[in-house]
Amino acid sequence: MKKLIATLMLGLVGLTATAPVVHAQSGPLRIEITDGVIEPLPYAVPNFVAENSGAGQLAQDIARVVAADLSGTGLFREIPSDAFISNITNFSAPVQFADWKAINAQALISGAVSVESNGTVSVKFRVYDVFAGTELGNGLRFSGTQDGWRRMAHKVADAVYSRITGESGYFDSRVVYVSETGPKDDRKKRLAIMDYDGANLKFLTDSSSIVLAPRFSPNGDRVLYTSYETGFPQVFVLDVGSVQRRVLEQQAGGMSFAPRFSPDGQDVVFSFTEGGNTDIYRMNIASGQRTRLTSAPSIETAPSFSPDGSKIVFESDRSGQQQLYVMSASGGNATRISFGQGRYGTPVWSPRGDLIAFTKQNKGRFHIGVMRVDGSEERLLTASFLDEGPTWAPNGRVIMFTRETQGANGSSSLYSVDVSGRNLKPVRTQGGGSDPSWSPLQQ
Amino acid sequence: MIGTFSKVGALCAVVALSACTNPNSLGGGFGGAGSGAGTDVNAGIVPGSANDPTSPAYFQQTVGDRVLFVVDQSTLTDEGRAVLAGQATWLQTNTDYVAVIEGHADEQGTREYNLALGARRANAVREYLVSQGVDGNRLKTLSYGKERPAEICSAEACYSLNRRAVTIISAGLTS
Repeated sequence: MKKLIATLMLGLVGLTATAPVVHAQSGPLRIEITDGVIEPLPYAVPNFVAENSGAGQLAQDIARVVAADLSGTGLFREIPSDAFISNITNFSAPVQFADWKAINAQALISGAVSVESNGTVSVKFRVYDVFAGTELGNGLRFSGTQDGWRRMAHKVADAVYSRITGESGYFDSRVVYVSETGPKDDRKKRLAIMDYDGANLKFLTDSSSIVLAPRFSPNGDRVLYTSYETGFPQVFVLDVGSVQRRVLEQQAGGMSFAPRFSPDGQDVVFSFTEGGNTDIYRMNIASGQRTRLTSAPSIETAPSFSPDGSKIVFESDRSGQQQLYVMSASGGNATRISFGQGRYGTPVWSPRGDLIAFTKQNKGRFHIGVMRVDGSEERLLTASFLDEGPTWAPNGRVIMFTRETQGANGSSSLYSVDVSGRNLKPVRTQGGGSDPSWSPLQQ
Repeated sequence: MIGTFSKVGALCAVVALSACTNPNSLGGGFGGAGSGAGTDVNAGIVPGSANDPTSPAYFQQTVGDRVLFVVDQSTLTDEGRAVLAGQATWLQTNTDYVAVIEGHADEQGTREYNLALGARRANAVREYLVSQGVDGNRLKTLSYGKERPAEICSAEACYSLNRRAVTIISAGLTS
């Protein structure tokens, strides 16, 4: 057995090592995500083995987070531990495949945790294709601080997901969103950041002024958002690490909103309103130099770059109703891509480049949908009183959005749905939430 | 002030002897016109209160601080223009004040679009006031989109009141 354990040293806080390149194997243990999974793949993840006395609780907790990640995708179904015939007490001992076959565990994840005397936590794991009786890929080890244990668990789950689906994962990621409390006519809004699963919540602003629609930078280090801090809506940029913020530009007599970063993180596209007319501008953050990209008497807003930075999708009511358009990232002629019934807004280009997610309003209902970048193959994924503002998971397979309920006591919360339309579910937040923006996978 | 109001009351009392057969003929004046009781109310106004025609409270409650819009429109209605004509007159009379016009939308729209739509509505009000002679330097606009509804039900009865532009009066920056 030449099972190599690749070691990935994760930095003390930043976890800076490069991600492992795992080549997916062909074989029976494989989920094709694009098909949409009707029958989730059964798997077992016994408690990880505690390799020294300080690791007991972490060994349990990490296995639980791995299971929550995998089962949360809707692609996998965990076999409960009370069904187990045998257990894993030694990470290096041969696996009793027959015991796992008997309970129909198609995948088995084993792991071990140790805590070094300096506080460093090491997590190693292996994935087995039970019915083939083989290991899927090589074992991996992650190290980090005790505080970072959830991230190590997410990295394990990302690797498992990647090996079985052939796609990169999305668990070691964060979400910045607007936390909401209070009644509809006096809602308190603050920027909040959390792990994609709701853990490690942290507030980035207080609730003294309205904040809207935060957007992560391409490497997750900064957030653009709109704030009424000056009395008028203006785009701010906030450093996630230091929580320092500054207004992007001071423009008297106008309001700016709907910002998004360019894929290289150096430019911002946003809407600027002057004399009641809203158009799209692009600004270089370092120089402050701004270029006007649209010039029409209609509303042009909600711009989003293609991942290669060459194009921008946006919404405009130049036809008399909100529709989606694509133009060059330097402006110029735009091509309309939405032609179905109703109104289309808040387009967001998928990180894979293949799809555009949008909000659709039709016959008094709101939908989150996707279409190809030329507007073809429109599919609606959700329907409710008010769904809006999609954001893509880093692997382009899941969409998170805002759902607001009806009536005087209506409230906002975050939901996620697969790009297949399956696995619609609420995202855990503390209180209400809106306007999520999903970070890239953390490094 | 009180003297002036007393004269108005007296004038109306005289008119009432001959022409005030239609009680509405002086309607829209200082309130209670045409009766002795009205004179008493006017005589007792508190400066700055809603009864003081030079107060922001009077502007809000009697002139009317808001105009309403049709779904997804920023065109002023006839009723809206009538209210704004009154606002323009008030602003030209009370030159110590400036105004911020806040545009709003109902909740049935996406967040960014509603911000832009609210800005259009606020600007429509501003342009009308300027066309009536109000100095544009006294008028700022901003939009709250759907962030600050006046009414919170999810029905047209509330939506129709939320699709609005509100003129907020404050003391001038130089005063």
